[in-house]
Amino acid sequence: MSTEILLSAKNLSVRFGGVLAVNNVSFDVKQGEVFTLIGPNGAGKTTVFNLISRIYTPTSGEIDYLGPNGMLKLTDKAPQDVASLGIARTFQNIELFEHASVLHNLLIGRHTHRASNLWQDLFFTGKVREAELKSREKAEEVIDFLGLQHYRDSFVAGLPYGVRKVVEMARALCTEPKMLLLDEPSSGLNVEETEDMAFWIQDIKNELGITVLMVEHDMTLVSKVSDRVVALNQGEVLAMGTPREVQTDPGVIEAYLGTVDDVSSLRRQSTAAKELA
Amino acid sequence: MRFIFKTDYAQDINLAKHGGHIFWYSALVAMLVAAPWLVPEYWLAQATFVLIYGVAGLGLMLLAGFTGQFSLGHAAFLGVGAYTQAYLTSVGMPFPVALLCATGLSAVLGIVIGLPALRLKGIYLGMATLSFGFILEEVFARWESVTGGNAGIRVGKPAMLGWVLEGGNAFYWLCLGITVVATLGILNLLRSPTGRAFVAIRDSEISAQSMGIHLAYYKTLSFSISAGLAGVAGALYAHNLQFISPDQFNLLQSIDLLLMIVIGGLGSVHGVFLGSIFLITLPQGISAAKEFLPEFIGQAPGLKSAIYGAVLIAFVLFEPMGLYGRWLKVRTYMQLFPFYRKGMFKRQKSFQKSDRLK
Repeated sequence: MSTEILLSAKNLSVRFGGVLAVNNVSFDVKQGEVFTLIGPNGAGKTTVFNLISRIYTPTSGEIDYLGPNGMLKLTDKAPQDVASLGIARTFQNIELFEHASVLHNLLIGRHTHRASNLWQDLFFTGKVREAELKSREKAEEVIDFLGLQHYRDSFVAGLPYGVRKVVEMARALCTEPKMLLLDEPSSGLNVEETEDMAFWIQDIKNELGITVLMVEHDMTLVSKVSDRVVALNQGEVLAMGTPREVQTDPGVIEAYLGTVDDVSSLRRQSTAAKELA
Repeated sequence: MRFIFKTDYAQDINLAKHGGHIFWYSALVAMLVAAPWLVPEYWLAQATFVLIYGVAGLGLMLLAGFTGQFSLGHAAFLGVGAYTQAYLTSVGMPFPVALLCATGLSAVLGIVIGLPALRLKGIYLGMATLSFGFILEEVFARWESVTGGNAGIRVGKPAMLGWVLEGGNAFYWLCLGITVVATLGILNLLRSPTGRAFVAIRDSEISAQSMGIHLAYYKTLSFSISAGLAGVAGALYAHNLQFISPDQFNLLQSIDLLLMIVIGGLGSVHGVFLGSIFLITLPQGISAAKEFLPEFIGQAPGLKSAIYGAVLIAFVLFEPMGLYGRWLKVRTYMQLFPFYRKGMFKRQKSFQKSDRLK
């Protein structure tokens, strides 16, 4: 693993009205690693994702990204330009193109590689045909990689949840990204599917050399695949390090399980209730 | 039942998926070309109307069926095409040049309307396009020096360099040619990256954007192509009727257009033409049925609108995929006989959509 930094978030903050969703968050993602964001619900993990994919603009702070011509400020880019820089993402609540086949979804993922303009498309010139064939070859590679052959021509609207998750990941891979953002890849999957997901994430990292940034709740999956983990709580960074370090961090344990004080206060209340009765 | 054994990606890309397609569509085109010798003049005139509405419907289908943006003011674009054609040919411009100008002007207006539409969704977009329709209808009525006002304006026959397109047959062939070209263009767009971008915007704007699709550009483009096609149809409409007045481009016309693509089947190119045939033949059917109805129903004013409304409600309730969806079901039934199951076309309901982009 190289130590070159691919993406670096510096002092990111986002405020929605009175809510400080992300507060002064900084982290670096190195090339070729699996970097995971964990934290309780509402910690601001998905907001960080939305900042990187430029759906939100940070109130303060900036994101640097290693583009084709060296470091650039991601926060200056328009949302639709992020994909062509090599950042692809999936969504927590699956955002597939429902009324299209799986193959069609993957081909939409090839949009940033389009070689033709409107007029060439209108007449379907040789150039468009050639590009279409190439797109299909690439999509087919991804289908092979994730074992989706069986669903190639099925409509997304009829697919089971677990398969949709994989299709969404396949669509993101079709953009040929340098960095893949996975928003809760294992949510809604059963144990077996989650294990498959872990293998795929490792394959994506090792075979395709794609850096993975992911939000995940399942700690088994997190410890299995992550190189580094950052724990967020209420928009702030609690701890950063290897999965083991973060899991044993007292601050993280407190955020997930509460403090001893919280527990004893509950106990006092219950004895007080008993005394009253 | 036909099994297609795919050995080449080109099979996915080609418009004709198998020999049957080539055979049947060639037969259809051959029949349409030969129609003037096969059917009486009255039906040929109706067929011309079907083709003209088909062209306008192609545009609206691209916008509403494939990009997911509804327009309740599409008659206005039809009107712009018609009046531009009427005015330009009256000052002696050759037909093809005037047609290009009519298309271009409509397309530019489409962009103008598309720009505010970028920020509007669903019912609000409907209201914006509706009011745009009202404004243009008013313009047609008031700008008397160009449009002739409420009295209307006469439109000559298509003419070019002293050569005049005489007779219904020639005009029918002209419409047929334009329709075929427009249909092929739309089909090409739909199988290329541009068309896929439209479909992506329809199904999920937020993920379309994160796949690198420029929402503003593609929405405006869709509006503009759609308006351009309505402009072409408007120009042909003007020549066909040889008389246009503002009330031909009112709200009812817009609703007729929308009705046409919904009944035909949203999201299918076949649906455009099925809907167009339906829209043109329904009034004939109603007037034929009038004689057999009791007088208080048959002669009642608004009978046509009531029937249109009832038909639309029936389609939305029982066949949301429209006439083309019905045809698909019938075809599947035939192919699989006797193994067709009732639930085969039931779409699984899913409640996983997160909020759209603001």
